[in-house]
Amino acid sequence: MQADVKTRAIQLLEEGQVDRVLGWKAGEFFYDLTPAVFTSPQQVEREFVWSSFSGPNLSKYLIAETRKPGKIAAFLKPCDTYSFQQLRKEHRLQADRVYVVAVQCPGMCDPDKVQAAAPGPISLRKEGDGFLVQTLYGEKRLTRQAALEEGCLTCKTKKMAYFDELIGQDGQDGDGSRFDQVHRLEAMTPEERFAFWQGELSRCIRCNACRNVCPACSCEKCVFDNPASGVENKAAANRFEENLFHIIRAFHVAGRCTDCGECSRVCPQHIPLHLLNRKLIEDMNRLYGPYQAGGDLEAKAPLTDFRYDDPEPDGGGRRGGAQ
Amino acid sequence: MQVNFTPTIVAFCCNWCSYAGADLSGTNRLQYPANVKIIRIPCSCRLNPMFILRAFQRGADGVILCGCHPGDCHYTTGNYYARRRMTLLFSLLDYLGIERERTRVEWISAAEGAKFAATMAEFTETIRALGENRRLEDLRCKQM
Repeated sequence: MQADVKTRAIQLLEEGQVDRVLGWKAGEFFYDLTPAVFTSPQQVEREFVWSSFSGPNLSKYLIAETRKPGKIAAFLKPCDTYSFQQLRKEHRLQADRVYVVAVQCPGMCDPDKVQAAAPGPISLRKEGDGFLVQTLYGEKRLTRQAALEEGCLTCKTKKMAYFDELIGQDGQDGDGSRFDQVHRLEAMTPEERFAFWQGELSRCIRCNACRNVCPACSCEKCVFDNPASGVENKAAANRFEENLFHIIRAFHVAGRCTDCGECSRVCPQHIPLHLLNRKLIEDMNRLYGPYQAGGDLEAKAPLTDFRYDDPEPDGGGRRGGAQ
Repeated sequence: MQVNFTPTIVAFCCNWCSYAGADLSGTNRLQYPANVKIIRIPCSCRLNPMFILRAFQRGADGVILCGCHPGDCHYTTGNYYARRRMTLLFSLLDYLGIERERTRVEWISAAEGAKFAATMAEFTETIRALGENRRLEDLRCKQM
């Protein structure tokens, strides 16, 4: 598949169909791929990489890229196509300047997990259901569980929301197992949940990576950049600050989060931030009917809509209504 | 828990119904706890969820949002949007292990002065029983 994707990128540039290509290139190591814009076939030939580490969701880069003249081809995985559609729905990018090449995704590897399980990795390839990693100290076989991103282990969908061209087969929606962890947390007592989230969120260093990478967090002015907001920085040993940033952030993207899992993927402290978003998605599905952000450009998002008999906020399931 | 704990309650009241309801309970000489601080907002829908968190940060022990009954909104539909937002926010707070009883939404019309007083008295007792807000406190804002 690496060859297919790369060949197609070169073709698109050579045929003049697009002026630029948005893809991934290797960083210092083979596993730290970073998003990159390619302008010539030679550059693609030299640097372009599609591998099990092509995790970064490229759709957010299109906001800036489509402000430039010319057309750009973007390689998007199933998850990323939903982010793309959501940004399009919000009029954040000019879709007519993008040529979307959707690439089917087998699940992306987490570089940190791979390094922990197989120190000194040199190369990685798929073998059977797992992966074969060459390391400085010899070969090592990793299971899917040991190598994949947390979000990918419970894949949301392999069905594309949109594409101009497709590489690989279009797939199906996931089995809903992505909410299992949320259900486990819901089954705990409030004290256990509080302890769980304290353990996770107190590791936050407020690097804002989750905000910066999130395709839904694309405001040009952000509340967390406002020095008068009271939530702009990290306070040492303060429960409120730890909770607050993540509550606000999860709530700001409620109804717009497509569950691409980028927040958890980039978190340097490995906080399972996707569990907050998934909780909101699960609640909205349960209370207001199934909704997938970025799925349908015409559908109204749950928070921009209402019904007369929506449940009351007390959590008892009591239904309100016009009185 | 402190013996003589007096909770601080912040009540966000919509201008058209609940604020007038509070007014009515005053003109009717109905007693409600003095530790309820009322903040008037144009519509229950104006309540940015961050206001609630900010209130907790600044030392509130309980936050209540009062608005027009569904169907009676001065702006026709504001409270329906507020209802969805608050439902999700309270559920998220609960998910993070923050006591659900600390936050509440109550629909109070301009004619329901008695309901306003009764709700505030009851909510204050609930918070008094829960004790001080420890899970969403901000040490920087605490008066030591």
